[in-house]
Amino acid sequence: MDSDTSPVPAIRTTNVGVTFGGVPALREVSVDIHRGEIHGLIGENGAGKSTLGKVIGGYHAATSGGMEVFGEPALAWDPPAALARGVAMMHQELQLVPALTVAQNVFLGIEDQNWGMLRPTEADRLRRLMETSGFSLDPHAVVADLSIADQQKIEILRALARDARVIVMDEPTSSLSKDEVTQLHQSMQALRDEGRTVIYVSHFLEDILAVTDRVTVLRDGEHVKTGPTSQETKASLVSAMLGGGKTETPFPQKRPPSDSEIVLDVAGLQSDAGVRNATLTVGRGEIVGLIGLVGSGRSEIARAIVGADPASAGTVSLNGTPYENRSLAVSTERGIVMVPEDRRKHGLVMTLPVRGNMTLPHLTHFSAGGLIRRRLERARVTELIDYFRVRPTAIDGDVSTFSGGNQQKVLIGKWLLENPQVVILDEPSRGVDVGARERIHEAIAEMAAGGAAVLLISSEIEEVLGLAHRAYLVDKGVTVEEIDPNQSDEAGVLSALFAHQASAEIKKAP
Amino acid sequence: MNQFAIARFLQSYAVLIMVVVLIVVLSTMSDSFLTVRNLLNILNQNAPLAIMASAMTLVIIAGGFDLSVGAIFAMGAVCSAWIALHVNPFLGLALAPLIGLGLGTVNGLVITMLRVHSFLATIATSLIFKGIAIVISDGRLIPVRMAEFTWLGREKIAGVFNAVWIMLIFAVILTFVLNRTTFGRKVFSVGGNEEAAILSGIRTDRIKIATFALAGFAAGLASAIAVSRVSLGQASAGTGMELQAIAAVILGGTSIYGGVGAVWRSVAGVLLLALINNGFNILNADPFYRDLTTGLVILAAIGISAGGKRR
Repeated sequence: MDSDTSPVPAIRTTNVGVTFGGVPALREVSVDIHRGEIHGLIGENGAGKSTLGKVIGGYHAATSGGMEVFGEPALAWDPPAALARGVAMMHQELQLVPALTVAQNVFLGIEDQNWGMLRPTEADRLRRLMETSGFSLDPHAVVADLSIADQQKIEILRALARDARVIVMDEPTSSLSKDEVTQLHQSMQALRDEGRTVIYVSHFLEDILAVTDRVTVLRDGEHVKTGPTSQETKASLVSAMLGGGKTETPFPQKRPPSDSEIVLDVAGLQSDAGVRNATLTVGRGEIVGLIGLVGSGRSEIARAIVGADPASAGTVSLNGTPYENRSLAVSTERGIVMVPEDRRKHGLVMTLPVRGNMTLPHLTHFSAGGLIRRRLERARVTELIDYFRVRPTAIDGDVSTFSGGNQQKVLIGKWLLENPQVVILDEPSRGVDVGARERIHEAIAEMAAGGAAVLLISSEIEEVLGLAHRAYLVDKGVTVEEIDPNQSDEAGVLSALFAHQASAEIKKAP
Repeated sequence: MNQFAIARFLQSYAVLIMVVVLIVVLSTMSDSFLTVRNLLNILNQNAPLAIMASAMTLVIIAGGFDLSVGAIFAMGAVCSAWIALHVNPFLGLALAPLIGLGLGTVNGLVITMLRVHSFLATIATSLIFKGIAIVISDGRLIPVRMAEFTWLGREKIAGVFNAVWIMLIFAVILTFVLNRTTFGRKVFSVGGNEEAAILSGIRTDRIKIATFALAGFAAGLASAIAVSRVSLGQASAGTGMELQAIAAVILGGTSIYGGVGAVWRSVAGVLLLALINNGFNILNADPFYRDLTTGLVILAAIGISAGGKRR
C-alpha cells in the first residue's frame, strides 16, 4: 500500500480521443490511474468506459492524445506491447481455449520449451504461481468443465504469469452469480494488496462502490470526474453518469390486478433439464417474480412452461384448460411467450434487420399463401419501435450494430408483437443502459395493466421486488416459497434463499 | 459514415464490379467478344452451373454446404439418358429434376437425423450417388440421339436458348422466394441464429431439408439441360461442378457462416468465372495460365468483399 503516494501513476492518459467510422467514442479523456489501486470505470452503455479500457490494453488505438505507462510514453501500443510492459486485459468474453487444461491455458504462448519441444512443467509452474497469488485451481482440469468464475481466475493467473502489473477487467461480472462476484472482488483486493493495479470496467454501481478505491465516471465519451470512491454514493454516481442531477429511476407504480382470475396455472412441473417441482400461478394483470440464484433452474422452468424443453411430469393450464403437448409454435399461437435471457445467443438473429426479427415467431399472421405481407409487417413493427423508443428508428436497421438496450427492446418487442396473454421475461434488463431499463420496466408494468399475466425472472432481486405483485423463491428446480415483495427486502430474500439451499444440502447428506 | 457506405457497397457489388471490369477489358482486347452471339453462348454454356449455384445459395444462407450436387448431376444425367433410351425421351427429361429432388431430400434427412455437419454428410452421399450412377450406366456412355430428347438443350425461344430462359426464370423465382416468402425469411433465420429460430417456433430441420431438396432439384434440372445438349449420359458428368457452384456463391459475397446472401450475386459469380474462361478462348491465350488467373480473380473478389466487412 506504500505505492499509493508514488508520484508516477501506473497509467496516465492525456486528451485521449477515439473515433469509430467518424463517430467519436472518446473525447479528450485525461485520467491518472495510480499504482496499487482498484480503479473503477463507470458509465452508461456507449459512454466509452470499455473503449477506454481497451485503449489502455492496446486493443483500440487512440486517434488523438497520448498515454504514459509507469511514466514512459506508450508508443506503437498493441496487445503484445502492452503485455510486454506489464498491462494485461481481461475481456468480457473470456479468451480461453476450452479444450486445454487450466495450466496449458495459463501458459499459452509462454510455454516452457526447448527448440519448440514442450516440456511438461506447466503444472508445477502453475502450482508455484498459485502459492504466491493465493488462487487454487486444479492445473489438470479441462477449462470447458469449469464455471465462469473459475475461468476468470484462469484469466487472472494468465496475467500474473506474464507478471502483469496492471490488469484491465472489462465487465467481468456480467455473467456471474452473486457469490461468484464476491469471489472476484476478493481476487481484486488480493491483487491490489500485492501492489498491482486493477482497472474495473463495469456498469454495476454496487460492485464499483463495494470494491474500488477510486472511480472515473464517463458520459457520452467524455470524462465527467475522477475521485475517491469513499466520497461517492449510488445517487452521486448515477447523477454523474446521467448528467443533470437525475437520480436512479424508481420502479413504475405497482397497479394491483383488477380481478383474481388465474391465467397461467403450473402444477408439479418437471423436466430433464433440471426442473424438479415447479408449482405457480399467475393471474390476469399480475406480475409474478421468480427469484433464485444462478443455476437454480429459473430459466429451465420458463423453458418447460412454453415447451422449449419437454416436460417429464406436471401440468400447465391456460385459463383453466390444460395445455398439453406444448411446443413453441403452439405456445406463440395461444399467446404464451418467453423472452429468453441471452439476446445474442437465443434471442435475435443478428443478420436479420429489426423487421425480420420482430415478426419471426408470427410469420403465419404476417403472410398470405406463404408470401410476406410487407405493408402489414412494416406498420406493426413501426408501432413497436415507437412504443419502445428504439433508437435508431429504422425498421430495416441492422440490429447487430444496436446498443444492448436497443437490442433488448427489439427482443421484447418481438415477443409482444401479438399482445400475448402470458409473457415470461427472463432477465429483461441484463446488460442494458439506465434509459432502456426504465423503458423496459414501464413496458412490463403496462403489459400487466393491459391484462397480460407476467412471469418475471431476474437475478437482480431488487428488480423483482420493485416490479412484482407476488414472487416465488426457486432452489434446484423447485418453487420452495412464496413471498410478498412489498414486505421483503434484498437481504431478507437472499438469506431465505441460502437457508433453503442449506436445508436441501442437509436433507441430501446421509 | 461515408467509409461505411463504400465498404457495404463493395461487399454487395464486388462481384458485379469485377464482371464489368472484365467485360470492358475483354471488349477492348477483342472485337469478337462483345457480340450478342458470344454473350448468349456464354450464358447458354453456363446455365446449368448458374442453376446449381442459385439453389446452392439457399443451402449456404441456411448455414449448410452441399458437396454432392456434382454427383446428383451425374445421377440425373445417367438416369435421364437411360430412361430416354429405354422408356421415353420426354419422361427422361422430366424425371431428372425429380430424381435430384429425391436425392437432395435424402441429404437433408441424413444431415438432420444423424445431426452431422452437412460438409461431411454430403461427401459421403456424393460417393454413394456417384457409385449408383456408375452401376446404372455400367460404366459406359449412354448416347441418346433423338430430337425428342435434344430439343431442351439445343433449341431456342425468341432467339435465346431454352437453357438461358430456364436459368433466368429459376433465379428470379428463387430470388422472390428468398425475399418475399415466409420460407425465405426462415432460411435467413436458420443460418443467422439457429437457436433463436428454434425458440421462435421454427422447425429448423424442415427448413434445412428443404434447402438441400432444392439444391438436388436444381442439380437434376441442370443435368437434364446438359445431357440433352450433348445427347450423352455418363457417370463422370458434373465432376467438380459442386466446387464451381460453391465458388460462385462465395464470389457473390454470400457468407459461408450463413444468414447473408443473394441469388443474383451467385449468378454474377458464375458469369465472372465464365468470362475468364471465355477471355482465354477468344484471346487465344495460353491455357496453362487459366487456373492461375481464375484463382487470382477469385482471390481479388474475396479480398474486396472482406475489405467491406472489416470495421
